Amino acid sequence: MEKIIFMQTNYEKQEEKAKQDNSSIIISDSVFRKFFIEVYSITIFTLRFFKEVLKPPYEFNELMKQSFLIGYKSLPLIVITGFIIGLVLTIQTRPTLAKFGAESWLPAMVAVSIIREIGPVITALIFAGKVGSGIGAELASMNVTEQIDAMQVSDTNPFKYLVVTRVVSATLILPLLVIFADAVGLLGSYVGVNIKGNVSAYFYFSQVFQSLEFADLFPAIIKTFFFGFAIGLIGSYKGYNSNKGTEGVGKAANSAVVFASLMVFLIDMIAVQITSLLQN
Amino acid sequence: MIENGTSIKIENDNKQNGTVIVEMQHLKKSFGNNHVLRDINLVVHKGENLVILGQSGTGKSVLIKCIVGLVEIDEGKLMIFGQDVSELKNKELVKIYKKIGFLFQSGALYDSMSVRENLEFPLRRQMRSMKKKEMDVLIKEALEDVGLEEAIDLSPSELSGGMRKRLGLARTLILKPEIMLYDEPTTGLDPITSKEISNLIMEVQKKYNTSSIIITHDIECTKLTANRIIVIKDGVCAAEGSYEDLEKSSDPWIRSFFE
Repeated sequence: MEKIIFMQTNYEKQEEKAKQDNSSIIISDSVFRKFFIEVYSITIFTLRFFKEVLKPPYEFNELMKQSFLIGYKSLPLIVITGFIIGLVLTIQTRPTLAKFGAESWLPAMVAVSIIREIGPVITALIFAGKVGSGIGAELASMNVTEQIDAMQVSDTNPFKYLVVTRVVSATLILPLLVIFADAVGLLGSYVGVNIKGNVSAYFYFSQVFQSLEFADLFPAIIKTFFFGFAIGLIGSYKGYNSNKGTEGVGKAANSAVVFASLMVFLIDMIAVQITSLLQN
Repeated sequence: MIENGTSIKIENDNKQNGTVIVEMQHLKKSFGNNHVLRDINLVVHKGENLVILGQSGTGKSVLIKCIVGLVEIDEGKLMIFGQDVSELKNKELVKIYKKIGFLFQSGALYDSMSVRENLEFPLRRQMRSMKKKEMDVLIKEALEDVGLEEAIDLSPSELSGGMRKRLGLARTLILKPEIMLYDEPTTGLDPITSKEISNLIMEVQKKYNTSSIIITHDIECTKLTANRIIVIKDGVCAAEGSYEDLEKSSDPWIRSFFE
């Protein structure tokens, strides 16, 4: 009798597990479907961008306005972060290099790290947080308050006016910000070196420039155009296609940062692979 | 008065005097399985204020968005100024849309622009060769029409609900439209401001001889502005008539709007 009860319980458990498994299949099915729909929508959005960016009339005034807003207003944050990164990297690296008696390599090591990787990636991540979320929230809020519809009624192509200008601005401005961040990062590193030592600016920067090659700088700047494009595009996509309602504004801003940051790492990984292949 | 019909007969509309400006024949629009507009037939005559009443979610806003091309129709015929919209090319459509003004429910003011820039925007987009001085004259005139001359340098966030609606109206009027579409113009306003907006709608009609479609729930606004009323129920025009006709309707559901 006990055995029968045990078997019955076991069977019920199995049935419940099967049900759970089935529901997890359904969930994963809907997740996959959502993922592919999202990829498809972003692809369509990107293709529309390339179609609209080449088609006149060009929105130069709005492009300039957005470039100013995106670039100038992000500059203080980028400069402060770049300085701190350079300073901290130098202070943290010094003890390890000192252990191996390679302290003299400090300027070269920090410079290569900042120029090749840390400068572009950290700046892009900050840019995604500030500009990507800003674009997402702004366009989503315009969507909620029917401003995008109003633009369409005023004989204006809202995609061209709002999306194309923001994506182009982000693409062009991020490389400039990265150059600023790199320069300030090296300055921060110089300050870091002088906290526990006494190195002249001439000596420090000649060490830095001796260690750097064109092959360090060029790929690092090229990839920032792609970072900027991805951040602008994802921010615009999330905002422009947000659901109606105030909740949609928050979601658009949040998911713009998350996806844009993820894209920065993905592009960086691909860029590093391509660079190393080309250098070999 | 026509009521409890699944569709309004266009012949009845044409009995009224005046040129037909907007005409809808068997218009249908669905969003997935949600059939919002099932069979809409209506006409708007020159200089007429047509009020559309109906419960929330019956597709009143969708109906006027179809007129300006913000929502594509699934089936049926939409004629504006006697031209079938579906047969027009893009350039011809743009010309027609330039003659239509749309006052959005929220005002849809551009938050990043000042009052002046909000009014300049449609002028810059639609009259690219216009000089700054000419623009200033039109902006001043539009603001005077709605009584907002002193708000010219303010930003939309500094305006009250009523002022935002009036500015939205000024932005629309600046292009001298022949058709005005009002999407719930008095929603969210106090009774005094609502009355002001309703009076403004009447002044606009008189001054610019516009034909208007007014979507509203506000019965006071309806009483003040309507030359004719259409009641929408379940995606069809359920009743049509003057305020006085519909107020005395034998259908309790229609009468409930006026109580």
